[in-house]
Amino acid sequence: MMKPVFMTYTKKDLINLAVCMVLSVLVIPSFITTEYWYTSILIPWLCLALATIGQQIVMGYTGQLALGAAGFMAAGAFAMFNLILRVPDLGFVGSLIVSGLIAAAFGILFGLPSLKVRGIYLMVATLASQFFIIWMIDKFGWFKNYDSSGIITAQDIVILGKPFTTPLAMYFVCLAVTTVLTLLAMNMARGSTGRNWMAVRDMDIAAESMGVSLLRTKVQAFAISAFYCGVAGALFAFCYLKSLEPVAFDIKLSFKILFMCILGGLGTINGAFIGAAFILLFPVLLNAIGNNVFHGAIDATIISSIEQVIFGGLMIIFMIYEPLGMAKLWENIKQKWKTKIPSSTNLKSSLGKKT
Amino acid sequence: MTIERKFKIGKPILEVKNISLSFGGVKAITDTSFDVLKHEVRAIIGPNGAGKSSMLNCINGIYKPQQGTVSFKGKEIPNITPNLMAQMGLSRTFQNLALFKRMSVLDNILVGRKLHTKTNFLEVAFQLPKVKKEEKINRERSEEIISFLEIEDIKDTPVGKLPYGLQKKVELGRALATDSSVILLDEPMAGMNVEEKRDMCRFILKVNDELGTTMVLIEHDMGVVMDISDRVVVLDYGKVIGDGTPDEVRSNQKVIDAYLGVEH
Repeated sequence: MMKPVFMTYTKKDLINLAVCMVLSVLVIPSFITTEYWYTSILIPWLCLALATIGQQIVMGYTGQLALGAAGFMAAGAFAMFNLILRVPDLGFVGSLIVSGLIAAAFGILFGLPSLKVRGIYLMVATLASQFFIIWMIDKFGWFKNYDSSGIITAQDIVILGKPFTTPLAMYFVCLAVTTVLTLLAMNMARGSTGRNWMAVRDMDIAAESMGVSLLRTKVQAFAISAFYCGVAGALFAFCYLKSLEPVAFDIKLSFKILFMCILGGLGTINGAFIGAAFILLFPVLLNAIGNNVFHGAIDATIISSIEQVIFGGLMIIFMIYEPLGMAKLWENIKQKWKTKIPSSTNLKSSLGKKT
Repeated sequence: MTIERKFKIGKPILEVKNISLSFGGVKAITDTSFDVLKHEVRAIIGPNGAGKSSMLNCINGIYKPQQGTVSFKGKEIPNITPNLMAQMGLSRTFQNLALFKRMSVLDNILVGRKLHTKTNFLEVAFQLPKVKKEEKINRERSEEIISFLEIEDIKDTPVGKLPYGLQKKVELGRALATDSSVILLDEPMAGMNVEEKRDMCRFILKVNDELGTTMVLIEHDMGVVMDISDRVVVLDYGKVIGDGTPDEVRSNQKVIDAYLGVEH
C-alpha cells in the first residue's frame, strides 16, 4: 500500500488529480468550443457525479439502501432559489452551502427510519422523502415565490460581483465545486469516518461492539449524503436546467442516480464519475449510431427503448459478475495489463523487494 | 505454574448475578451467577446448546436477560448495550466471525480504535493536524497488534479473502485494538487445526501476561481450556454445574456426567 503524501492522497492520486485538472481546465476549454458539449454533457455529468457521490456515501459506504437522491436534490435546488431571492447577502457560494445544509436536515429526518428498518424496506421508507419533498414544494406556493406558470427561471450566477452566465463559466463553477467536494469525500472515506461507515455496512453488530454508534453513523451518512445531493441539485438547476420545476427531480432521476452508483461501483468515489459518464453518454452514443449508421431508419422511440433494455441488462450482468461495478472492472484491467507486460521499473522494484 | 505473574489476580471485575434468559418458551439460561476476577483467564465451557454464547451476549448487551444483573468494574449496569459496554472497556469476538469483510485487515483493526478516535467527520474531511496526529497514533498501535499477532504479510488483504484461522486472529486483533480491560472470546479456537489452536492459546496467554487483560473465553475443547485458564465455569442446559479451578472442575461428578453421559 502506498503512503499518503498530502492529506489522505497518495502520490498516484495527486498525479491523477493533476492530469484531470490539466484536462478539464486547459485541454477541454481550448479544444471543445461547441456549446452543446458543455450544456448537455459536461455540466450535467459533473452535477450528477456529485449527486452519485452522495448516493455512494449512504449506499456504497454505509450500506443503507436509500432511494431518494432526487428529492434531496430538489430540496437543495429550491433552497438555493429562495436563498438567492430572499437572502441575497449570502452570495452564490454561501447560498450553495446553506442549501446543502437544508438538504442535510431533510437527510437526517428521512434517515431516521434506517435505525429500525433495513434493506428493501428502508428503500421504500426513503421513497417517502422523494415524494414528500416534491409534494411540499408543489403544495406551498411560497417555495416557488407564488409563480403560477410552474416553471421558474433560475437567477443568474454571480460570484463576487462577476456574472457566470456563459456555458464555459458555468462549467468552471460546477468543476470547482465538484472537485472540492470530491476531495473532501475522499478524505472522509479513507479516514476514521469512512471506516465507521464501512463497519456499519459490513457487520453492524460488531461495529456496535467496537463502540461505533449505529444511530450517529447512519444519521451522519444520511446527512452528508443529502448535503452532496442538495449541492448537486442546486448546481443541476442553476447551471444545467437554468429553471426550477419539481418535475425535473422525479423518481426517474433518483433511479438514474442509483444506476450510476451501482454501475460505477458501490463503495468507490471514482465509480461515481464513471457511472455518471456512462449513463449520460450511452444514450448520446446510441442516438449517434441511430443517426449515422442507420441514417434515421430506426425510430427515436425505439432507440430510447433499446437504451432501457441495455441498461436493465447491464445492471443484471454487473450484479452477477462484477458487483463492484465499472471502477473494479477498470482496476482489474489495469492489474492484468501490469502482470502481462511488466515494465522495466516494475521488474526492478519487484526484484529489489526480494533482495 | 511457579512463574510470577506480572499482573496479580485481583478482585472481581465482572459479576453476573441470577441471569435468566428465555426466547419465547425456550429457556436458554436459568438463574446463572458467576464472577470474573481482574487479570484472570476465565473459561466458560459446556456441551452444545448449554447457553454459553447466550451468556456472552447477555454480558455484552446484545441480548437483554429477563432477570438478573450484570456488574462491571463494581457498577451494576441497568441498560446494557454493546456500545455502552465497549465504552466501559469490554470488548469481544464472535462465534461465527463478525469481521468487516470488504475492509482490509489493517482497517478492521483500526475500527477497533474507534473509542480512541475523538475527531469528527468535518475535521476528518479537512484533515486537520489533530486528525493526522490521532490517525498516526491509531495506526501505530494497530501495526503493533498486527506484528504481535504475526500477520504483517496480510495486513492489506480484504479479510473476506482470508482463511478461517487467520480471520479468527484478525478478530482477536480488533478486540485487542480497543485496549479494553476485559475481552470476551466466543470460541476463539473453533474450526482450527492443532497448530493454529496452539498459536491462539499462546496469543491469549501472552495478552493476559503482558497487558494484564482479563480474558473470558468460551471453548469446546476441554483439553485446551484446562491448560490455559485460571478458573472454569461449566454450563449445562443453561445452569451452572461446576465452577472452580481446572482441577476442581475435572473431578466434579456433575461435569463428568454432562460430558461423558450418565449411566442409566
